[in-house]
Amino acid sequence: MDHLMKITDLNVVFHIFGADVHAVRGIDLELNKGETLAIVGESGSGKSVTSKSIMGLIPNPPGEITSGEILFEGKDLVQYSQKQMQKIRGKDISMIFQDPMTALNPTMKIGKQIMEGLIKHQGLSKHDAKERAIELLQLVGIPNPEKRVDEYPHQFSGGMRQRVVIAIALACNPKILIADEPTTALDVTIQAQILDLMRDLQEKTGTAIILITHDLGVVANLAKRVAVMYGGKIVETGTLDEIFYNPKHPYTWGLLSSMPKLHAKTDKLLAIPGTPPDLSHPPKGCPFAARCPYAMKVCIDHMPEYTELSKTQKAACWLLDERAPKVDPPSTIGVGGEA
Amino acid sequence: MAAKTEKLLQVKNLKKYFNVSRKDVLKAVDGVTFDVYKGETLGLVGESGCGKSTTGRTIIRLYDPTEGEVIFDGQDVGGKLNRNEKKNLSKRMQMIFQDPYASLNPRMMVKDIIAEGIDIHHLAKSPKERIERVYEMLETVGLNREHANRYPHEFSGGQRQRIGIARALAVDPDFIIADEPISALDVSIQAQVVNLMQELQEKQGLTYLFIAHDLSMVKHISDRVGVMYLGNMAELASSDDVYGHPLHPYTQSLLSAIPVADPKIERTRERIILEGDVPSPIDPPSGCRFRTRCPFAMDICAKVRPKWHEAEKNHWVACHLHDEEIKTENV
Repeated sequence: MDHLMKITDLNVVFHIFGADVHAVRGIDLELNKGETLAIVGESGSGKSVTSKSIMGLIPNPPGEITSGEILFEGKDLVQYSQKQMQKIRGKDISMIFQDPMTALNPTMKIGKQIMEGLIKHQGLSKHDAKERAIELLQLVGIPNPEKRVDEYPHQFSGGMRQRVVIAIALACNPKILIADEPTTALDVTIQAQILDLMRDLQEKTGTAIILITHDLGVVANLAKRVAVMYGGKIVETGTLDEIFYNPKHPYTWGLLSSMPKLHAKTDKLLAIPGTPPDLSHPPKGCPFAARCPYAMKVCIDHMPEYTELSKTQKAACWLLDERAPKVDPPSTIGVGGEA
Repeated sequence: MAAKTEKLLQVKNLKKYFNVSRKDVLKAVDGVTFDVYKGETLGLVGESGCGKSTTGRTIIRLYDPTEGEVIFDGQDVGGKLNRNEKKNLSKRMQMIFQDPYASLNPRMMVKDIIAEGIDIHHLAKSPKERIERVYEMLETVGLNREHANRYPHEFSGGQRQRIGIARALAVDPDFIIADEPISALDVSIQAQVVNLMQELQEKQGLTYLFIAHDLSMVKHISDRVGVMYLGNMAELASSDDVYGHPLHPYTQSLLSAIPVADPKIERTRERIILEGDVPSPIDPPSGCRFRTRCPFAMDICAKVRPKWHEAEKNHWVACHLHDEEIKTENV
């Protein structure tokens, strides 16, 4: 398979509060054409910083990409100037933001906001751009698009605004769409509409999606592959089924069993004790060691290497080393499928 | 679970209207009726703007009800209350708020935050007793004694929520209204807080009104669940019944809309995807509030507001589809 994008050893540091916060600490990630890759993790795990690095949206100062490369179609985006990035942003790579209430400009008609990219990147005339904007609104399921194209964001509800944001993101047929918590700000019934829409659109356009979320339900609904981030590192990657039914990293176990199941009875949730590490003083070894019930001496001092578990799955955990004791995942893991 | 039958709180036809302009009235809560039994957890779910938080806030009298009765332990607390009555109420009923960053005074030390209720109700006879009580509370919620002299900004979100719980517990209440207590927290921290709330309930026999929009968490913690839509209660039953055998079309679509963290289920599941958005509570639809989005809407739904009735044993619903009289007429 040819990779559409390949991230190698990406490091992002924020020089802030008189300290260096190591938000992303050496991640490797590939994205294939037309696939949906989910990056899951808690707040502060580095998932949003990763996506912002791809878009060239890390504010500098205080942020800085200290090393690593992001290869997109063979070119390293880290080396690109802001001007070069502007040609990529919104055209080849575009983004859906979390909060549709703040992502749109309240003083601009939504039609104009969609047309902006079309005129700039595709050189369409105003008239053609408007026609395309109406088509796009239709595509994302906004009723009466001829009329609504001339309305302002405040005249739209939350779900409708998120549709507009998606229309803007898709305007120039991007190759990669980054969706940063696209449904977190929405109600469940609206979330279902938007997830449905995103799946439909991907089938139609073949855009690769990087889905950033903390909601494992959304992941199960939309993603093909999953990367689990913790403390600025990717601790496990695999296909959707591998991560949900055969996870190998204790953090993935904890994440899966700390959520109540809608379709089964759970007596007590298996909470992960403690809190995520402070990334201004990142731990020397495995970032999860302090909260891991299986932590060994080696975990505290040495970061484990990735162990290849299959062609698609790998995890960074000392338990997978052949010298480590064999540990079974909690009983709640790996069962499922019974509706 | 043993059936809990003693009513701690009765809410009857509770209404809370807000005047938003000279002629518009926002009917945030428009006639809800339910009971909360001693020792149980009643979950209240619904989308934003359905009135679930307003219901909670009206019960604890952060808002004065427009109409209706709130009977707490045999005493009517929905009407006019004098200072003493209000004080007594706040000793027995406490609230945990959604945002642990906004609900703790940043200029007060943790010990003073927790002891505020103790001071107001004169529950400690000496400063020593006061601080002992604070220590006890901190340990109950899984924090340390040393945390008493710190300020809220020194804590993480999950720890702050623990402080909020300690503050609520300090006056030894019977009833706690938890308004989205976990939605501002990370997944792994949510489980910690929910487990803590369940432990405390077992130990101290607390009664909870648990307000949230996360249906799977509500199912996990609640004995019974009420589903609200646009200021009305749509359905109320045991949590197993609501999730296993929902009667109201809104509950059915709400449940089918939640993405489940299980790819195999997600692939095969049939969804009922609702069209459109929630109508404005300033100008709600006539008759049944849900009829504009309901896949089964009938003529009568626009004309008559469905009765809140017990369709099956302990399973309350407001829907014409389940009203025996109307069912027979329409066949």
